[in-house]
Amino acid sequence: MIRFDQVHKRYPNGRDALAGVSFTVEAGELAFLTGHSGAGKSSILKLIALIERPTRGQVVINNRNTATVKARGIPKFRQLIGVVFQDHKLLHDRPVAENVALPLIVSGVPRREIDKRMRAALDQVGLLGREKSRPLELSTGEQQRVGIARAIVAKPMLLIADEPTGNLDPELAFEIMQLFKRLNDVGVTVVVATHDIQLIDQFAAKRIVLAEGRVVLAEGAVV
Amino acid sequence: MKAGLQAWLARHAQTLLGSLGQIVRHPIAAAMTVAVIAVALALPLFFNVLLQNARAATANWNQAFELSVYLTQKAGVERAEALAKQLRGRPDVAAVRVITADQAFAEFRNSSGFGKALDALDANPLPNTLIVTPTLAASTPEATVALKTSIGAAADVDTVQLDTEWVQRLNAMLDVMRRVLWLTGGLLGLSVVLVVGNTIRLDILNRRDEIEVMKLVGATDGFARRPFLYSGVWYGLGGGIGAVLIVAIAVAVLSRPLGHLALLYGSPFHLAGLRFGSVARILGLSIALGWLGSWIAATRHIRAIEP
Repeated sequence: MIRFDQVHKRYPNGRDALAGVSFTVEAGELAFLTGHSGAGKSSILKLIALIERPTRGQVVINNRNTATVKARGIPKFRQLIGVVFQDHKLLHDRPVAENVALPLIVSGVPRREIDKRMRAALDQVGLLGREKSRPLELSTGEQQRVGIARAIVAKPMLLIADEPTGNLDPELAFEIMQLFKRLNDVGVTVVVATHDIQLIDQFAAKRIVLAEGRVVLAEGAVV
Repeated sequence: MKAGLQAWLARHAQTLLGSLGQIVRHPIAAAMTVAVIAVALALPLFFNVLLQNARAATANWNQAFELSVYLTQKAGVERAEALAKQLRGRPDVAAVRVITADQAFAEFRNSSGFGKALDALDANPLPNTLIVTPTLAASTPEATVALKTSIGAAADVDTVQLDTEWVQRLNAMLDVMRRVLWLTGGLLGLSVVLVVGNTIRLDILNRRDEIEVMKLVGATDGFARRPFLYSGVWYGLGGGIGAVLIVAIAVAVLSRPLGHLALLYGSPFHLAGLRFGSVARILGLSIALGWLGSWIAATRHIRAIEP
């Protein structure tokens, strides 16, 4: 599903975020991307979502080399990936229903279909009935779950999450992580970037450990 | 296919109303933009109304040309009557009026205020005169000039004066005014595009986060641009309606004094306002300008917003 091959990323300010990163995540796998902040976790997720492009090396997503995706093709490409952000990135002037439905609206799904799938996604994150609330009326954990509902509403094959539990207390963080695990159980490939080692120790999953822009450890799922 | 079209229409209708909602949420800023557009469009529109009125008025004058035929001093009243009779026989002449030298002198004496001074003259210096009105068909500039030449060649005719020259000058002046109108109209139209473009640019900057999120979940530039295009259409429509209202008020205010002024000159002139066709055209134009302004701004600035 994901293959990084000797990927380098240097930002315009001269900082080398990734220095020759190689790893793979198979379809249907759950993978944790860990390491200290600044180790390159976010850069990897940005390269997957085509928010950034590699300076050197290849990023292959779903058998497609991202170098062949032109600027015009980026929207279609992103519609196949669900992204969860640490700061949720919700639209505060729109109700929950519209936030969750956004990926369906932008890809032109018919109205009736949108309603059904939006409710199904909210049900999966346990927020059915909160459609009319505004994001700011919800707790941080609930907002994060709205963000997850939005990421999965279009039924993507790949779900990536950047520090999704960063601002949550341990109990909520565990709940969120369980949610990712459940999604993975039904076949979605999930990549979660997090520095919370204690939390991910409780889950059997592949680990990719980064330090200073390099992969220092990659190990398969331990059951 | 039919369902797809319906969904497409429903989506556009929803965006159209949504963008109106966005505008209404900032009523003061929106009103300022609409007012600027309205004033910019009202100026050329109002001048256009005035020019059309002037053209309509001079079109009537064009058909009321007369030729003044001055006979030589030695040609008497009999000769004048004979020439008048001869001219009445021409196919391009509608009417001929004879003003004898005595009549002309009496009239001049009455109207000029030189009464006493004229008494000092030994003889009447004015010639017998014929006022020739061409037929409607012969009222074109070419035909009247031909008539003038033809009459001028007759015996005992001193000079023939065409009363159209000043009308032609007026028409030439109106032509120049029309060019000026096009130029100022073009410049003001450009300013409408710029004003809408700038408003949309600020709108986009204010909603930068929203556009970023939309792009992150896979929105194309075209999708993100759509609500802004509709905003531009609303601004244009609002400005167009404003311009029509301004001109309607201006015409209403000017109509009475202008009619009064015309009446003092013995003319039944009445200031005509906007016709339905012009209103439809100006609204169409203002919508097009609003759309163009927002298209330019939205295309540029939305492309620049990358997550």
